[in-house]
Amino acid sequence: MPPPAKQPNVRVVTLTIDGRDLSARADETIIEVCRENQIPIPSLCYLEGLSVWGACRLCLVELAGQGRLLAACSTRVTEGMQIQTNTEKLQRYRRTIVELLFAERNHVCSVCVSNGHCELQHMAQKCGVDHVRVPYRQASYPVDSSHEMFRLDHDRCILCTRCVRVCDEIEGAHTWDVMGRGSDCRVITDMAQPWGESDTCTSCGKCVQVCPTGALVKQGTSVGEMVKDQHFLPILARRRLAQ
Amino acid sequence: MNLDDLADLAEQYRAIDANVEREVRVCMAASCQSSGAAPVRDALVAGLGESQPSCKVKGVGCMGLCSAGPLVSIADRDGSLEESTIYRDVTADDAADIIASLDGPPVERLRCPTDQPFFARQQKIVLENAGIIDPDSFKGYVAVGGYSALIRALSEMTPADVLREVTDSGLRGRGGGGYPTGLKWSTVAKMPATQKYVICNADEGDPGAFMDRAILESDPHRVIEGMAIAAYAIGANKAYVYVRAEYPLAVERLQTAIRKAKRSGFLGNKIGDTQFSLEVEIRLGAGAFVCGEETALMASIEGLRGQPRPRPPYPAESGLWGYPTLINNVETFANIAPIVREGGDWFASIGTERSKGTKVFALAGTITNTGLIEVPMGTSLRDIIEVIGGGIPGGKAFKAVQTGGPSGGCIPAQHLDIAVDYDSLKTLGTMMGSGGMIVMDETSSMVDVARYFMEFCMTESCGKCVPCRTGTQQMHGILDRLAKSQATRAELALLEELCEVVQATSLCGLGQTAPNPVLSTMRYFRDEYEAKLGDA
Ligand SMILES: Cc1cc2nc3c(=O)[nH]c(=O)nc-3n(C[C@H](O)[C@H](O)[C@H](O)COP(=O)(O)O)c2cc1C
Ligand code: SF4
Ligand code: SF4
Ligand code: SF4
Ligand code: FES
Repeated sequence: MPPPAKQPNVRVVTLTIDGRDLSARADETIIEVCRENQIPIPSLCYLEGLSVWGACRLCLVELAGQGRLLAACSTRVTEGMQIQTNTEKLQRYRRTIVELLFAERNHVCSVCVSNGHCELQHMAQKCGVDHVRVPYRQASYPVDSSHEMFRLDHDRCILCTRCVRVCDEIEGAHTWDVMGRGSDCRVITDMAQPWGESDTCTSCGKCVQVCPTGALVKQGTSVGEMVKDQHFLPILARRRLAQ
Repeated sequence: MNLDDLADLAEQYRAIDANVEREVRVCMAASCQSSGAAPVRDALVAGLGESQPSCKVKGVGCMGLCSAGPLVSIADRDGSLEESTIYRDVTADDAADIIASLDGPPVERLRCPTDQPFFARQQKIVLENAGIIDPDSFKGYVAVGGYSALIRALSEMTPADVLREVTDSGLRGRGGGGYPTGLKWSTVAKMPATQKYVICNADEGDPGAFMDRAILESDPHRVIEGMAIAAYAIGANKAYVYVRAEYPLAVERLQTAIRKAKRSGFLGNKIGDTQFSLEVEIRLGAGAFVCGEETALMASIEGLRGQPRPRPPYPAESGLWGYPTLINNVETFANIAPIVREGGDWFASIGTERSKGTKVFALAGTITNTGLIEVPMGTSLRDIIEVIGGGIPGGKAFKAVQTGGPSGGCIPAQHLDIAVDYDSLKTLGTMMGSGGMIVMDETSSMVDVARYFMEFCMTESCGKCVPCRTGTQQMHGILDRLAKSQATRAELALLEELCEVVQATSLCGLGQTAPNPVLSTMRYFRDEYEAKLGDA
């Protein structure tokens, strides 16, 4: 007689997404289930392997029977959920959010090293943003080139905090943080010192690789070279978890 | 300790001042202190000296009519506010006249009639001790029956009994949202956990609101007692009061109250000789509006940046350091002792069908009587503004009242007869909020009002989520151009669309409600927006 099967503690639920019947583990989030099933959900702050931040709001989806939208990255699936991921309303909201991001800092792609490899730029294309209706804010933030290998350009930053999270959660250095309020928020290194003077930075470059835009780049690279590589993240994240 | 022991203690404390027949009460809350209450008290103390041992000068909490401060009242030892003689705008020079009049007729030139509706029409539950007891006196609180609700709960009721009374009372959270308190308590009580927390939200950041500050400054033990009863009901042994550092007097009185309650065995280990223990700690907030939001507040207590996180999980399930946490507003906790004392049914008999009890409001703006009032839920706005508030001064006409602060909206004259409760205000596109009411006369511009609140939200946005962080900024830009008659019709349409997006997509309540002042002023005063268009 075989030993009694050990029941894992997680239940399986069924739900529909855009009319498709799907099953999922009850501890999964909507975005995870969508990614498994090749259902596209736009996202900028979410990155597999990092903690959930829930700040870009591009992943919002509609849930039948509820007026309030849900962030796919921070909402767990439950039994019987009926989700719509791409309604006219959601498309309109996403377009506006991307426009707001473009206007907040100075995104002029033609003079940016990340041109062609930028997640914000891709998002704009995917969401159908062909012009920005709100005025550019034109705040000029400084560029920090003090690090011998990397450069930080606040004018391209969308405050997704991927750099903050990867440095804290994966590298374990916690060099990055955020200071300020509202649109004056800025990412900082250590106690708002120049990056090159940071005591904690290990120069591992993880923050540069996970940064979705041209805010964090390698010094001296050309537009063609500045391609980011994020494949290391899920692998490292799983190893950290296993430890 | 049982209720009889406590009654004996109260009797002992009352006996200390047995010879006192009359009290000269000086309001020592922040507002009256800022208009010079301390010199008045000192002059009264010096003037009275030992000449009349049956009369005592006493510093008390808020009497409500803050615009007329410093306030002094003369009352029989147990007299209520309405039964006393109240003097307004008192200076140290008036002390001699007040003392001289103690045996005769009152000083007419200082007198503030207590039969006027401002005093007569109020019903005080939360503020029943405010302006009467000395907030720094533990003995004074016990002498008026303080801590009897806690001792009753501990000695005669199970946690389930307490939960039932609170649920039966129909009390809804006074911090803004109006979530049923009993339901919140039962949810936390049901959570299986080794550790649970209670938090009192005393962050109070709405412009024009000072209800929570006044409660803490007038009757701090009352709040602590409510928190202790809550902790007993849900099974917590550790509580925090999160109060903004801009409230130094409230903090000081709270500290004194916690210290004295602990020394007398009403906080700390084995309270009232039962197995129940509770530590209460104060945490100071640096004064960021968003830190009133419960998840941001908890992050701040944990020592992190005060930023909200997505809910669920709600604090009831996963709060401070991941443990189940009950978080309530100051005024919510201040309602608990009377509910336990008089019973949930008694509380539920006051107010309206779906909003029970009373509500404390802070009246501000162009209104004759500015200050603090407490009225039953369901009192009409007209009663509050025209009768209790004394109407608009200077012969001007009423235009609108703003309720709910930056999350709320404006109510025009045609809706003045509405009965104020959570749900009726929502139907008008505004909300109860924490209880601030800003009254505006015909001279105020509604576009300016909307711009003011948008500027507040823009500068107080924590910067975490995109729609709130940059949407409020773009909305403020358009409102600013509108106010200067520079905006186009297309920009007005964009403003409306941004309102929708920011409301629907923001992460926390700050962003979700930031468009409300714009939407409500547009709803009732659209013509003012149209008249301001640059290309009209
Ligand atoms: C931006 C923001 C600010 C808030 N500020 C306060 C506050 O100052 N005091 C308060 O009690 N609740 C405040 N709240 C509501 C709290 O998050 C929470 O709902 C409340 O403290 C719960 O207590 P209650 O159920 O007793 O109302 C705020 C909410 C938001 C979104
Ligand atoms: S960061 Fe991206 S969106 Fe911004 S300028 Fe560079 S390429 Fe364009
Ligand atoms: S620097 Fe890059 S990764 Fe960091 S917050 Fe800005 S955009 Fe995100
Ligand atoms: S809505 Fe505003 S305050 Fe709330 S998380 Fe977003 S940016 Fe911060
Ligand atoms: S991916 Fe969900 S909010 Fe950014």
